[in-house]
Amino acid sequence: MAESLMTELLMEWLAACRHHRVPCGQRLSSLWLFPIIERRKKLAPCSGVIAGRTCANAISGNAVAESDNIVVETAEKIFADLADAQTINHDKKGGWKAPLWRALTEAGLPLSWVPEDCGGSGASLAEGFGVLGAAGRFAIAVPLAETMLAGWLLAQAKITSPDGEMSVAPASPKDRITLNGDGTLSGRARGVPFAKAARHIAVLASGNGGVSIALVDAARVRIEAGLNLANDHSDTVTFDKVEPAAIQPAPKGFDQTALMLMGGVTRSLQIAGALESMLDISVRYSNERVAFEKKISKFQAVQHNLARLAGESAAALAAATSAADTLANSSAFDSDAVFLEAVAAKIRCSEAAEKGGAIAHQVHGAIGFTIEHILHRYSLRALSWRDDFGSESYWAVELGKRVAARGADELWPLVASR
Amino acid sequence: MTAALRFDPIRLPSECEQLRKEVRAFLADEIAAGTFSPFKPNREDTDVPEFSRKVGARGWLGMTWPKKYGGHERSFLERYVVTEEMRVANAPTRRFFVADRQSGPVLLKYAPEHVKMDILPRICRGELCFAIGMSEPNSGSDLFAAKTRATKTDGGYLINGTKIWTSSAHVADYMIAIFRTSQPTKENRRHGLTQFLVKMKQPGIQVNPIGQITGQFEFNEVVFSDYFVPDDHVLGEIDGAWKQATSELAYERSGPERFLETYYVLTELVRAVGSKPDTRSAEGIGRLVAQLHTMRRMSVSVAGMLQAGKEPVVEASIVKDIGTVWEQQLPHRVRDLAAFVEEDAGNRETLERQLSFAIKTAPKLTIQGGTTEVLRGIIARGLGLR
Repeated sequence: MAESLMTELLMEWLAACRHHRVPCGQRLSSLWLFPIIERRKKLAPCSGVIAGRTCANAISGNAVAESDNIVVETAEKIFADLADAQTINHDKKGGWKAPLWRALTEAGLPLSWVPEDCGGSGASLAEGFGVLGAAGRFAIAVPLAETMLAGWLLAQAKITSPDGEMSVAPASPKDRITLNGDGTLSGRARGVPFAKAARHIAVLASGNGGVSIALVDAARVRIEAGLNLANDHSDTVTFDKVEPAAIQPAPKGFDQTALMLMGGVTRSLQIAGALESMLDISVRYSNERVAFEKKISKFQAVQHNLARLAGESAAALAAATSAADTLANSSAFDSDAVFLEAVAAKIRCSEAAEKGGAIAHQVHGAIGFTIEHILHRYSLRALSWRDDFGSESYWAVELGKRVAARGADELWPLVASR
Repeated sequence: MTAALRFDPIRLPSECEQLRKEVRAFLADEIAAGTFSPFKPNREDTDVPEFSRKVGARGWLGMTWPKKYGGHERSFLERYVVTEEMRVANAPTRRFFVADRQSGPVLLKYAPEHVKMDILPRICRGELCFAIGMSEPNSGSDLFAAKTRATKTDGGYLINGTKIWTSSAHVADYMIAIFRTSQPTKENRRHGLTQFLVKMKQPGIQVNPIGQITGQFEFNEVVFSDYFVPDDHVLGEIDGAWKQATSELAYERSGPERFLETYYVLTELVRAVGSKPDTRSAEGIGRLVAQLHTMRRMSVSVAGMLQAGKEPVVEASIVKDIGTVWEQQLPHRVRDLAAFVEEDAGNRETLERQLSFAIKTAPKLTIQGGTTEVLRGIIARGLGLR
C-alpha cells in the first residue's frame, strides 16, 4: 500500500514537473530515493495499458521517451539536493560525498546499465546517457560515470556487478592488461579515474585466447594515487599476476576500442553538460556584474564572447548527443560510421572544453579564478575529461588514418552516412 | 538554464537514402556528360540553364511546396539531402538555388494567388533565376537604413535608387527586394520598408557588374530609374517588411551551404596525402573531419526542427556562425597540412589551384547572408543579453 502510494506521488510529481516546468529540485525531497528498479517494475504494465488516473496523468504519448525523462529527472533531483556546486565548494572535508553516493545507489543509478539479472537497474543506454549529461551539468565528482561504465563492461560478459564504487581499466587506448596463461592478470593502466575510491575494477584484458572481461577486487592491485586538473583521483593501477574475482570471454567483436569509444562518449556527454552550466553561470554573471557604470552583458565584446561560448556549448551538445544516440541504436562498434560519431564527439567536445572554458573564465574575470567561485568545478573537470579514454589528439590521428585508408572519394559518403 | 539551446540527434529518414542514391547517380551522369566538373569549384562562373531544367524535371526544385504550385510536398530533410549532394559535387546551382531556398517560400507566403500560380511552377521547372535586393551602398548589415524609394503612382509604384552586392542580378529573371515606402517612425526605426517582386531585364533597371577579388563577376550594382512595379507585386504588408524578414533567416542560415563552400579542398587534401598519411596529416585531417561532422549534425538537427514547424532562429544563427568561420579557415588549415605533401602527388596541381581559389573566396563567407557580427548579436539576444 505504501509503495503504491509512493508510485502515485512520484507520477504526480513528474507530471507536474513536465506540465508546469517546475524545477525538479524543489519538490518531494524524499521521493528520489525511490529506486529505479522498483519504478520500472511499476511502470512496465502501465505503459502498455493505461490503468487508472495516475498512469494516465504521467504517461502520455511515447512511453520510452517519457521513461527517459523519469530516470534523468531522478538523477537531476538527487544532484540538485545533494551536489549543489556552491555547497560542495564550501565543504572542505568532503562530507557531501557519502550522502550523495548513498542516494545515487538507493536510486539504482550507478548500475543503470546493468540488466536486472546481473544485479542492476536495467535502464536503457539512452537513459544512462541522459544521466551522464546531467552529471556533467552538475560536474559530479563521485565515480558515477565510472561505475556505470564498469557495470556496462561487466554486463557484456554477463558478470554480475557487485555493490559499491567501481572504475575501469584500461582507461587509455595505449595501455594493455594481459591475461596470463595461469588465469592471472598483469599490466599497468594509467589515468584510471577514481581507482582510489573504487572497491572493484572492471578490466578488459587480452590473452592468447582473445579478449576477456574481468572483475577485480581493488584490494588486490597496486594503486599509485594521482590527481587530475580538478583534483579528482586519476590513478595508476598495476596488476601483478592478480587473480580476478570473475572472468569471462568478451562477446565476439568486442575489443578495447569498443571500451574506449564508450568511455569517450561518456566523457563527451559530461563535457557538454559542464559547458551548458558554464554558459548558464557566465550569462548570469554578466547580467549582474557592473563595470564602467553598466552591466558587462551590455558590452558588445562581452556579448560576442558569450555568443561564441553558446556556439561551443551547442557544438559539444550536438556532437555528444548524436554519438550517444548512435551507440544507443547500434548493435556493434565496428562500423566506420559508429567510429566517426564516437571519436568526433570526443574530439569536438574536447576542443569546446578548451575554447568555451576560456571564454567562461574571461567573462568572470578574477573572481572566476578563485577557489571560492564554482566556475573551476566545471572548467577544470571539462579540461581533465579530455584526457580520459584517449585524448582528442589521439583520436584525431586514428580518424585521419581511417579517412585516408578509405580514400578521398569515400570521405563524403562517410560524413553523410547518417 | 539561461538558454535552452536544442540540437536533438535527428536522423535522416530512410526515404532520404534512396533519394541520395538517385541524386548521386544523376550528378555522376552529368559529370560524365561534361555538364560540369567536380574539380572546378568556381561554379558561379558557369550559368548552365539546361542543368537547372534537368534538376527541375527530376522534381528536386520546390520539393517542399504544395503540388498545386508545381511543388512536390516532400520533407525539408529530403530537400536537405539534395542540397548537400549538389554542393559537395560542385554542381552549377546558381540559376535555381536562391529561388528554391528563399524566394519561392517568400512568394508562397506573401504573393497574391495569381502571381503564385504564374511564377512558382516555373521555379519548380528550373526556368527562373532569382536575386535578392537587400543591401544598398550605405545599407548592408543595417538593413533598415535602406533608402531606395517606392513612390505610389497609378496602379503601382515607381522605384528609384540603387541596390548593391546583388548576386546573380545579371542573369536573374526576378528579384525580391525591399524598398522604402514610408519614413521610419520615432518608435520603430524598422518601419517603412516594403517587400516587392521585381521583374528584371526591363527598361528602368540597369545592372552593372562588379569585379570580385576572386576574378569573378558574380555580384552587381542594380540601378532603378522610375521603374514601375504593379500593385499586385507587393509582397505582404506595406511598411511592414521587418516583420517578414526574420522568419526567412532560419532557412537561409542553417543549410549545408553554410559550411560546405570550401569542402573540395579537404577532399583533395585526403587524395594528396594518400592512404598512409604521416601523423601530422592524419591528426589534421581527423580534427577537420570531426568538426565537419559536428556541424553537419547541428545543421541536420535544425532542418529537423524546421520540418517540425519550429523557428529555431538562434540555433540557425549558431550553425551559420560556426559553419562559415570553419569553411573560411578550412583552406588555410589545408594549406598548412599540404605543406609537406610529396612534390609528385598526382593531384598536386588540382589541389594548388583549388587552394588559391578557396583562399580568395574565404573572406566573403563570413559576410554574405548576415555577417558574423550580426549573427553573434542575434545569438546574444537569444541568450537574454540584449
